[in-house]
Amino acid sequence: MNYGPIIFLAAFFALATSWFGLVLTPQVQLGRMQPTNNIVDQATYPLSRPGLAREGLDVYRANGCAYCHSQQARQSGVECEIAVTDAGTNQAAAVQALLKIKAVSTPAEAERLLVNASNAPPRIRRGLSRTEADAELKTLEDAGLKTDLLILPIGPDMARAWGDRRSVAEDFLYDYPVMPGSQRIGPDLANVAARQQDPDWHLRHLYAPQSEVAGSVMPPYRYLFEKRRIERARSPDALALTGKLAPEKDFEIVPKREAKALVSYLLSLRADAPLFDAPFKTTVAMPAPATNNVPGSATNSAATNATPAAPPAAK
Amino acid sequence: MSDVAPSSTATRTPSLAAIYQSARLPLVILFLSAGAWLLVGSIFGLIASLKFHMPSFLASAAWLTYGRVRPAANNAFLYGFCLQAGMGVVIWLISRLGRAPLVQTLPIAVAACFWNLGVTLGVVGILAGDASGFENFDMPGYAAPFLFLSFVIMATFVILTFHWRTIRELYVSQWFLLSALFWFPWIFSTAALLLLVFPVRGMAQAVIAWWYSNNLQVVCLGLIGLGVLFYFIPRLTRQNLRSRPLALIAFWFLMLFGSWGGIPNSASTPAWLPTISSVATILMIIPAIAIGLNIYGTTRLVFPRPYFTESSPAEEGRSEEAPMILNFFSLGLLAFLVFSALNANAAIAEKQWFLPFAADITDFTWFVPAKSFLNTYGFFAMAIFGAVYYIVPTLFPDEKLCPKMVRVHFYLAAAGIIFIFLPFAIGGLIQGFELRNPGIPFASILKHTLHFLRIATLGDLLLLGGHIVFALNITGVVVRSYRARALRAYAEATAAIVPEGAA
Repeated sequence: MNYGPIIFLAAFFALATSWFGLVLTPQVQLGRMQPTNNIVDQATYPLSRPGLAREGLDVYRANGCAYCHSQQARQSGVECEIAVTDAGTNQAAAVQALLKIKAVSTPAEAERLLVNASNAPPRIRRGLSRTEADAELKTLEDAGLKTDLLILPIGPDMARAWGDRRSVAEDFLYDYPVMPGSQRIGPDLANVAARQQDPDWHLRHLYAPQSEVAGSVMPPYRYLFEKRRIERARSPDALALTGKLAPEKDFEIVPKREAKALVSYLLSLRADAPLFDAPFKTTVAMPAPATNNVPGSATNSAATNATPAAPPAAK
Repeated sequence: MSDVAPSSTATRTPSLAAIYQSARLPLVILFLSAGAWLLVGSIFGLIASLKFHMPSFLASAAWLTYGRVRPAANNAFLYGFCLQAGMGVVIWLISRLGRAPLVQTLPIAVAACFWNLGVTLGVVGILAGDASGFENFDMPGYAAPFLFLSFVIMATFVILTFHWRTIRELYVSQWFLLSALFWFPWIFSTAALLLLVFPVRGMAQAVIAWWYSNNLQVVCLGLIGLGVLFYFIPRLTRQNLRSRPLALIAFWFLMLFGSWGGIPNSASTPAWLPTISSVATILMIIPAIAIGLNIYGTTRLVFPRPYFTESSPAEEGRSEEAPMILNFFSLGLLAFLVFSALNANAAIAEKQWFLPFAADITDFTWFVPAKSFLNTYGFFAMAIFGAVYYIVPTLFPDEKLCPKMVRVHFYLAAAGIIFIFLPFAIGGLIQGFELRNPGIPFASILKHTLHFLRIATLGDLLLLGGHIVFALNITGVVVRSYRARALRAYAEATAAIVPEGAA
């Protein structure tokens, strides 16, 4: 290595391989990514964020929110559950199958379970791997039972309700800039809209974080709000502040456009569309329409029944 | 190549004094402004750190919010200090090792001023809310052309200086430094074009930003820092570098595998990206071992100390502060080795039997800034401090640094590194283990981590103190030297005119 040009060739070669691998190839694979479909209702995913939320992304960028908040829910794997939705007609075979997969220990228990099947489908098996679940499903279906397979993403982030599934590249498809974040000084925001849907809560939280979340170190973003004299009537946007935070009489605290945009962006952050890359299924699909479960509430309870959701205060 | 060299310099080597003299003006600009950016960076860093004691501290002004002050501090440090002072050291080393006076001093000096203009625009832009949103590439688009062009101009003339070297044989450091000159324009232009000018879609942006950030901090700064260590440690210990092949291994591995790192395991990308990145980062342990062995083989000391066999008068690099200068390099080397080990560890996706923790614990915690601090500050900045302390007296042979201030700076910096690295790393691990346990509410994790962040403020204060001492010391030499010259010139100009023939 005694010639200058050789050194440049070496550096060129080394950097070219890395450029090819980590710039060009991801650009071909991710840069040309197309929207995908929600695997349940086949809706296009993702949809472009609404205009105000896109403006909010800019506020998020300008104020460096990504320095404290990541937007990457992680999942350590999936767990499968099996629910019986219909007892079928051959009760003896069904009981045998249930005993075989060790869902129940006595035939009497199995019969009790089958009676309720069409009303409140019992989740007979939990915590299975995908292969185990497939084998058991086969046993049950051979016995004439109708079943449903539930796929539950697991991991600490899922348990904290930071996402129904892991974040995937599609979540950021239309964003510029993409700010996945590298720090969790504050909680992950990939799924913040599902956890806290109240825009007024978000506005109050931006104005005075400690009043909404005790012990938070989030700085207050008062500069996104303005204090003004109440003219004829209170503005409908004015924050409902109490105690020490409340402005003097005849004054009100009103969010500026940036604050509204930022909240609109936060409310567009959801990691709850089941995708081919990151599938999940937490509600039992019933063959008959007669059911007690409202689909929306079932999603929430199913996602959180394995482990308690983080309380709202943990946002 | 050699036949192009001017015959006048090919036959005789210029004196070292002439070489140092040629590099003086650009180096003074680069080093003094690097010192100023260091101060700016550490003041913003301190403000950011104080916000963990009191979230509402300076929160009423948009430009002082944490999310702007933190990137402003990082970017002032990376672009204002690291790359700028690094460029100064590269200029000196390339002229010194090739025994060639710096070509085109004035354009380099002007380019250095434009670099500073770029950094100023960038930092002000971040504070004004124009940050790009990509970590370690936060400067807004309008700062990028200044940075790119001025770097390219400086690098071109340094390469010309290298081309006209009078010692043809290359030393190890030259490989590293020249590659760094080539590296930065490429990664910076890629990032600027694909992230700012013609932004790519979706997650590809994040991948390119990670690629850039890793190439800047690990490879580009790594190449400069290691080039500096490979020159100064053997020089100050009066030994020849033990092994060229080992250095060559380090050189190739750093470039080939170092440049593939940077995609975190938690990245929401196709799995092959973080996987390949992890493998490359784990392989980076090999150059670290090669460098450690090489320096150990050279000095036979774990923490190299200066080695003077006989007491000879003021020879270059044998000044009163030389032992302290070597301490900067030794600490830098140590930090590099620890960083490489931690980086390899944190690249492993899941806990293995031989590891107490892995990326599933460390990602998204304070462990990540702890290890990048160890690289950019513990290793790179310390190597650069040592080099600047060595170089400045060679530029001003009549003036001396204050050895006591060098010593104070070293102890402040060493204590600052410990007080930032350890709290971040330990706090980060606690944070990571607690994040893994969904039973612990987020608020209490934050509460547990906060103690460590608050201790780290002490580290920020110590570093700031060290930076003030550093800036005062080098500014002192420059000011004293130029004042002495001005006084001499004034004395000459105002000397009593003795009429001809009066004597």
